[in-house]
Amino acid sequence: MIEPALRVEGVRKSYGHVEVLKGIDMQVKPGEVACLVGPSGSGKSTFLRCINHLEKINSGRLYVHGELVGYQEKKGRLYELTDREVCQKRAEIGMVFQSFNLFQHMSVLENIIEAPTRVLKISKEEAIIHARELLELVGLSGREDSLPKQLSGGQQQRVAITRALAMRPKLMLFDEPTSALDPELVGEVLAAMQDLANSGMTMIVVTHEMGFARKVADTVAFMDAGLIVESGPPDEVLDNPQQERTKSFFSKVL
Amino acid sequence: MDFKNEQGPISPTPVNSKATILNAVPIRHYGRWIATVFLLLVAMVMVKSLLTNPRFRWGIVGEYIISDPILDGLRLTLILTVVAQFLGILIGIILAIMRLSSNRVLARAAWIYIWFFRGTPLLVQLIFWYNISALYPEIAIGIPFGPTFWQGNANELITPFAVAILGLALNEGAYMAEIVRGGIAGIDKGQSESAKALGMTHMQTLRRVILPQAVKVIIPPTGNQTILMLKTTSLVSVLALADLLYTAQTIYARTFETMPLLLVASLWYLGITSVLTFGQFFLERHFTEGNQQRISFTQRIAGRVSTRKSSSQQGEAGKVNNDD
Ligand SMILES: Nc1ncnc2c1ncn2[C@@H]1O[C@H](COP(=O)(O)OP(=O)(O)OP(=O)(O)O)[C@@H](O)[C@H]1O
Ligand SMILES: [Mg+2]
Repeated sequence: MIEPALRVEGVRKSYGHVEVLKGIDMQVKPGEVACLVGPSGSGKSTFLRCINHLEKINSGRLYVHGELVGYQEKKGRLYELTDREVCQKRAEIGMVFQSFNLFQHMSVLENIIEAPTRVLKISKEEAIIHARELLELVGLSGREDSLPKQLSGGQQQRVAITRALAMRPKLMLFDEPTSALDPELVGEVLAAMQDLANSGMTMIVVTHEMGFARKVADTVAFMDAGLIVESGPPDEVLDNPQQERTKSFFSKVL
Repeated sequence: MDFKNEQGPISPTPVNSKATILNAVPIRHYGRWIATVFLLLVAMVMVKSLLTNPRFRWGIVGEYIISDPILDGLRLTLILTVVAQFLGILIGIILAIMRLSSNRVLARAAWIYIWFFRGTPLLVQLIFWYNISALYPEIAIGIPFGPTFWQGNANELITPFAVAILGLALNEGAYMAEIVRGGIAGIDKGQSESAKALGMTHMQTLRRVILPQAVKVIIPPTGNQTILMLKTTSLVSVLALADLLYTAQTIYARTFETMPLLLVASLWYLGITSVLTFGQFFLERHFTEGNQQRISFTQRIAGRVSTRKSSSQQGEAGKVNNDD
C-alpha cells in the first residue's frame, strides 16, 4: 500500500471552549486533488491551517507523507517538534491564501526567492532561474521587478502560487484562492491551478468554485460544523448527495 | 451652501454673454483678515524689540556662539543625542518583540519595564542612576547565585557620562517600544502567516518581513523622538555634565550674561532641530515613495529616466497580460 499524502484521523481542534473541528477523518493519495466545500464557519480554514501546523490540534493524528505533523511519536508518547523542525516540515507544504499575502515590500522575484534562499539555503542564482521558469508557467514572465500592489489580484494570486511552488512542495493547500478576486480574474487563477493539478501535484483546495471541483477534483468533501459530512467523487457528492445537510447546501450554491 | 451660492452672489444671467467664466464674488473671510493683521502687528513688535532692545546684547551672543566651550558642549549634546537615541531604538525593538511574544513571562516583563520607565520622571531616573552606588557599592558580572567573573567599584564605573547615556537610553527605550509595537501591530497578519507557511522561522519572519514593513510607520515618530531627545539631553546638567546648556550655565554663572547665553544655547538647539526636521522630511519621503516605486535615492535625484523606464515596463507587461 502506498503511503497517502495526507492521512487525518479523528482530528479535533478547539479555540477556548468552542470546538471548531470535531473529529475529522480524511485521506488524500499522492497526486490527488481534494476539494473541501462547506458553509462559512464550518472549519475549513482551520483544518487547512492544522495540516501545516499553523494551528495545533487538540487530539487525533495528522500525517503528511507518513510523518506526524508537529510532533514526534516515541514509544506511544508525543513529543513536540522544535520551532526549527516545524519550519522544515512546513517548508514541504505550500499554502495559498485568499488574500494572496505577498510580501508588500518585495518585488515579485524577491517574494519568490526569499524562502528558497533563506529556508532551503539554495543559492540565489539557482533560485532566480527556478523562479523565472515558474513565472513563465503561470504567464507572468517580465513582471519580476513589479511590486505586489502594481499587479491585479489575479496576477498577485498567481505570484503567490509561484512563491509556494518555488519551495518544491509535496503538497499544496489552497484556502479559497479565488474568493477575493473580481469575477473576470477568477479564470486565470483556476487555470493555473488546473495546470498544477495536471502536473501531478497533490492539492487540497477549499473553494466555492463548484465548476472547478467538478472538473479537477478527484474527491469532494463537504464540511459542516466541524465535521466532514460526506465525501466522494465529485459527480456523486455534487450531483447525488446522500446527506440532508449536503443536499440543502448544494441546493443553495449550485 | 450650494443653494445660497446659486441665488446669492452669482448672477443668474452671465454678465458677459460670450464668456462662461463665473463672475462670482468670493466669500470674504473677515475673521482671517483680522487675525492676519493682528499677527503681523505682534511679529513687528517682536522683531523691533529683538533688534532694538539693547539688553539682548547680541554682541555677546555673537562672541560666544562659536566659542570653544560652547562648541564642546554642543558636541557632547550631539553625542548624547545620537548614542542614547540609537540605544533607545535597539532597546525599543527588543521590548516590542518581547511584548508581542507568545511567552507570557517575556511579554509581562516588557510591560513592566515600559510601565516603570514611562511612569517616573526622567530627571528622577537620572539622579537615581547617579546615586546607584548608594544601593550597590559593588557591581559584579557573573552567574546569579553562582561564580563571579568580574567585579568593580560602582562609583568608578558609573561616570556622569555613563549615567547620562544609561538614563536617557533606558527611558527612550520605553517610548520607542510603544512606537515599534504600533508599527509591527499595524502590519497585516497575513504577512507573517504566509512567511510562516513558507517555513520561515519566527526570527526570519520578523527580520525579513515584518520589521522592514513596520519601518515606514516607525520612522516619523522616531524622528520626533530624536528631536525630543536633543532637547531632553539638557536634563543631564543635573549630573554636572558639560553639555550645551550646562556650559552656557557655567559661563553665565561667572559673567552674569544670562540672557545672551541662553540665546546662544537656544539658537544651537533651534539650528540642530531644523537640520533634524529637514532630515526627517527626506527619510519619510524615502520610506513612503521609495518603497512603493522601488526607486533609490540617487535614481530619484537623477530624475525622470527611471520613471519613464518603469512606465514602459508596465506597458510591456500589460501586453503580456493580454496574451494569456
Ligand atoms: N483564532 C481563532 N480564535 C477563535 N475562534 C476562531 C479562530 N479562528 C477561527 N475561529 C472560529 O472557528 C470557526 C471556524 O472558522 P474557519 O475560519 O475555519 O471557517 P471556514 O470554514 O474557513 O469559514 P469561511 O468559509 O468563512 O472561511 C468559526 O466559528 C470561527 O469564528
Ligand atoms: Mg475560511
